[in-house]
Amino acid sequence: MPNVDAAYYLILAAMLFSIGAFGLLVRRNPLVMFMCVELMLNAVNLTFVAFSRDLNDVGGQVNVFFVLVVAAAEVVVGLAIIVAVMRHRPGATADDLSVLRG
Amino acid sequence: MVELVWLIPAFPLLGFLVLLVAGRKLGEPGAGIFATLMMGGSFLSAVAVFVGLVDRNENDRFYELTLFEWIPSGDFSVDVGFLADPLAITMTLFITGIATLIHLYSIGYMHGDANFYKFFLYLILFAFSMLMLVLGNNLLLTFLGWEGVGTCSYLLISFWFTDEANASAGKKAFVTNRVGDFGFMIAMFLAFFTFGSINYGEMLSGAPGMAVGTATAITLLLFVGAAGKSAQFPLYLWLPDAMAGPTPVSALIHAATMVTSGIYLLTRVNPIIAQADGWAPDIIMWVGLFTALFAASIAVAQKDIKKVLAFSTVSQLGFMFVAVGSGVYVAAIFHMITHAFFKALLFLGAGSVIHGMHDEQDMRRYGALYKVMPVTAFTFIIGWLAIAGVPPFAGFWSKDEILLGAYNENKVAWVLLLLAAVMTAFYMSRLVFMTFFGKARWDAEIDGEVPEHEIHPHESPKTMLLPLVVLAGLAAAGGAMNLPFTHSLKRLEIWLEPSLFGNEQHINVAAGTKWGLAIIAIVGALSGVAGAAWIYLKHKAPASLVEKPIMESGWGYDTAVSNFMGGPGRKGFDAAAWFDKTIIDGVVNGAGSVVKGSGTLLAKLQTGYVRSSAVGIAGGAVALVVYFLARTSF
Amino acid sequence: MSLILASSETVTFPVAPALILLPLLGAVAIALLPKRQFEQAKTLALVVSTLVGAITLWVLFEFDQADAGYQFVSEQSWIDSLGISWLAGIDGISLFLVVLSGLLFPLAIVAVDPGHDHKAYYAWLLVLEAGCLGVFVALDLFMFFVFFEIVLVPMYFLIGKWGHANREYAATKFFLYTMFGSALMLVGIVSLVTLHANETGGDLTFNLVTIAETQALGTNAARLIFLTFALAFAVKVPMFPLHTWLPDAHTEAPTAGSVILAGVMLKLGTYGFIRFGLYLFPEASVWFAPVMITLGVIGIIYGAIVATMQKDLKRLVAYSSVAHLGFIIIGTFALNVQGIEGGILQMVNHGISTGALFLLVGWIYERRHTRQIAELGGLQKSAPIMAAVFTLVMLSSIGLPGLNGFVGEFLILLGTFTAHRWWAVVATSGVILAALYLLWAYQRVFHGPAEGENAEMEDLKWSEGFIMIPFIVAIFFMGIYPKPVIERMEPAVERLVAHIETNVEGFTEPVANHGAGNGFGDLEVESSESGTEGDEHE
Repeated sequence: MPNVDAAYYLILAAMLFSIGAFGLLVRRNPLVMFMCVELMLNAVNLTFVAFSRDLNDVGGQVNVFFVLVVAAAEVVVGLAIIVAVMRHRPGATADDLSVLRG
Repeated sequence: MVELVWLIPAFPLLGFLVLLVAGRKLGEPGAGIFATLMMGGSFLSAVAVFVGLVDRNENDRFYELTLFEWIPSGDFSVDVGFLADPLAITMTLFITGIATLIHLYSIGYMHGDANFYKFFLYLILFAFSMLMLVLGNNLLLTFLGWEGVGTCSYLLISFWFTDEANASAGKKAFVTNRVGDFGFMIAMFLAFFTFGSINYGEMLSGAPGMAVGTATAITLLLFVGAAGKSAQFPLYLWLPDAMAGPTPVSALIHAATMVTSGIYLLTRVNPIIAQADGWAPDIIMWVGLFTALFAASIAVAQKDIKKVLAFSTVSQLGFMFVAVGSGVYVAAIFHMITHAFFKALLFLGAGSVIHGMHDEQDMRRYGALYKVMPVTAFTFIIGWLAIAGVPPFAGFWSKDEILLGAYNENKVAWVLLLLAAVMTAFYMSRLVFMTFFGKARWDAEIDGEVPEHEIHPHESPKTMLLPLVVLAGLAAAGGAMNLPFTHSLKRLEIWLEPSLFGNEQHINVAAGTKWGLAIIAIVGALSGVAGAAWIYLKHKAPASLVEKPIMESGWGYDTAVSNFMGGPGRKGFDAAAWFDKTIIDGVVNGAGSVVKGSGTLLAKLQTGYVRSSAVGIAGGAVALVVYFLARTSF
Repeated sequence: MSLILASSETVTFPVAPALILLPLLGAVAIALLPKRQFEQAKTLALVVSTLVGAITLWVLFEFDQADAGYQFVSEQSWIDSLGISWLAGIDGISLFLVVLSGLLFPLAIVAVDPGHDHKAYYAWLLVLEAGCLGVFVALDLFMFFVFFEIVLVPMYFLIGKWGHANREYAATKFFLYTMFGSALMLVGIVSLVTLHANETGGDLTFNLVTIAETQALGTNAARLIFLTFALAFAVKVPMFPLHTWLPDAHTEAPTAGSVILAGVMLKLGTYGFIRFGLYLFPEASVWFAPVMITLGVIGIIYGAIVATMQKDLKRLVAYSSVAHLGFIIIGTFALNVQGIEGGILQMVNHGISTGALFLLVGWIYERRHTRQIAELGGLQKSAPIMAAVFTLVMLSSIGLPGLNGFVGEFLILLGTFTAHRWWAVVATSGVILAALYLLWAYQRVFHGPAEGENAEMEDLKWSEGFIMIPFIVAIFFMGIYPKPVIERMEPAVERLVAHIETNVEGFTEPVANHGAGNGFGDLEVESSESGTEGDEHE
């Protein structure tokens, strides 16, 4: 398998991250926003793996596991909250939940 | 028997405590009789101590009795203790004696008052405080009595408190006296600072060696205190208003005893005055002289019988200060005693008249009262002759001594003082003629008003007359205690000598001069009487000739002071209150508002939208990246 | 240092913990009571506070008056790694404040009914009592700070919940203002402790006695840290110009709150100045004394003038406190035995007189539902006994000799006169103003004709009369025979003054000249020199 330059992976990761961040900022649907966050997390994972391989350091891959665990936890809690909110107020967008307004 | 000195104040104290607990039960007249008996007991103990003191060797007439240590703090210590010396016992004798008589008189005067027992409660507390004042063996205990008498005076002036005027008069007396107390307190601090003690024994024995500047300062500061208590210019204002109190109070407190405590105090510290710069006693003399003249001129034009007596008291106190300032302390004490006799007599007589006239105090509604009130009139006339300075009544002898002292000090002062004496004779004669002689004007129309009820004057009950008779006897014969003819007849002078430490000014003028001065004084007094007779008995000249409105209003001084207090003074106080509320508290609340306002502004950033938070995070992340990239040198 | 602590006899009964824990436990017990039984809450609070009062009285009688050190010491390590310990003890300076608090609380508890939420009210009062006593017995800086702050919480709720119309504003102002002052003190304490450890090279310690006796700090550091303490205390006292929280807090607080606020809480500041200010920073105290005395004198005159013009009776009494506490400040910073002893006496006396005044005003308010002076009048007719008691308390507050107020005031002025003559002269004029504002208020409230509701006002009830008895007894006792009180504080005060003398170069206690006016030629001689001149004489 030919060695692909690490830069390609990083560029891909950066694009994924930007798409995620952009989506988070412009979409109002909580579920989509949630998916955007996942996208950003996995972009970071990809960076970790790419660097790990490039630098020949296994520490980056270990970090990926941490992120995966955090993401899993986030899914559990976050989805629960979203479901609860949706049940309470069907069709609610993120902007409807602004009780922390100053 | 000198050891019994503690009994003198103990009797009134016991009386006070019993009245406090059981006064309501004792009621009328029980409370009054009990209080009178207690004062009588006090008087007898004073006599006993006096006899004991006389028995002692002349150089051994200082008896100190320490009861307990009062305030010990560091190197400062002061006891509750008594000093029985000729000066203190002289004061004690006439205070307890006159207090007993006035307690007796009050039983009749206060008859039917709803707060009968309270009156005696305050009166006997006053007597106790007054005795502490004169018997205390240190400045602080004197100060205790000093404040105590002031408080009782306050309570008694505002005794009929439902009337605003009485309440104001009481407050005015207390606050004005406090101005004087300010001087007294500083004098005490300075005395402690100088002597390390405020015990009379240590202070007075140390006085001859003290610095002149300090002695001058202490003298003047004590004089400020004395001027407050003894109603001298410019602090005399409270005394005429104090007449709002019941008449026995005016007689006891505001004529005979309390107001003389300033003279007592200065006499007590005579070694310090002797050590002071010469101008300090001069100030005392001139202030006294000015007050004597000033108050006499006001007395001439008063319509209210008690006001005449009040200004007369201020004027007579001025005489005593002249004596103190001239260094003739014996004359001051002598006049204090005779004045206590005749002024108490005059006030009680006036009280008897007011009582008989159903609380009418305006002399324009009096007249011809000698027919219906013979005893009052007779005793009053003796008092009048005594104060006017007609020999051989008591006032003549003591006033003559003061005139002699003033003559010795300063001829101008003597002339002015003589003028004050002539005025005294004039206004007192005016009072007597308007009250007891002439036509009856009992229901006269004054300023368009007539009395609501028909007035039937009557003579007062015996409890009121007995004190009058006794005091009349004393006012007539009191001069005998110090006759100027030979040295041995100057009994008071010899007796007081140990307390004066040789600071008494001995006057060396020829016998002829003395006789001449005495005759001039007599002629002056008689001309004053004659002048009053001319206007008020014979009506040869209109009263308006002497009764100027400006004199009646006290030369506008009182009004000026109260206008200042009510005007700029009050505005100043109001300004301070405004300053506190607006500026000082404003700064505090302002600081609060600034914090609150900026918080509110910043809170606007918290929109609550997830995306705006996300923008913040993203922006922050980008900023961090830019920052680190910029720092990295490629 | 250890000598001072060890010199006390071993007392088996743990006084200090009992004084603090008993009210705290009482508060917890009240909180656990069933909601409806508010009568029981009052009884329980009364029993607990009376018990504490009894303990303080027992302390008073057991106190060894010859001992200058701390007695009834209790020590228990707390946070060892930081040198924080539970260290409490009582000496002649704190003794009478402890007794005052112990006696004032039961009286305040029994005197007035809060009207609603009885349980919480009594619980907070007991917490407040624990806090106040804690401040007075604490000998560890950390422990002191904790208690100094704790007292704010119950007082905040007392004012905010049971106060009058404008209570929330007053409570918040009170809390924030005093909190602001003490926040800086915490910085001061921490830097003091660390600097001390650095200079001595030893472990961290918050022990007051150790730090004070070592005096390891440099002059400038000590002065700066003194300022942080002084700010906290000055707000608490309160000193001009930091006083404006006081009238609001006093006016809006419920009667018991005002009594405790005036009687005990204001003393936390003045006590702090003596216990911590003078003791920890002798040099800085001498250095700042002129400033403090100036502010104190301004407070005396200014407080009195502003008091004169108040239209609200409670506000008037509050401003009179500003004036009275000014006296305590100048006495403290006269830095001689008379001044400091007078200051401590004045703390106790102010607690007695102003406490009683607030109770009386509170009772008038209960009857007439107004504190406006203009709406009152002629009450002496309808309530003669109340008028008599009011007169006595007023005279004590004015400083009439023979009553308690005078002794403290006199000693303060005497001490100040020896140290700073002209300031004492100015301060003395405060006695004129004191007579003015109180007598004028008395005249408007009690004298004159009584109309309308004023004519039918109920006189003092028997129960209220009984509450007044301890106050009256104290007013007379402290005025006529203050010797036992002064004697007990004297060794501790003298030790404090000696401590200042040893640790401040060139400072000698300002004392009067002994002997007849020697060495005191003209009035212009500066008083600080007089001490040495007095020595020549001896």
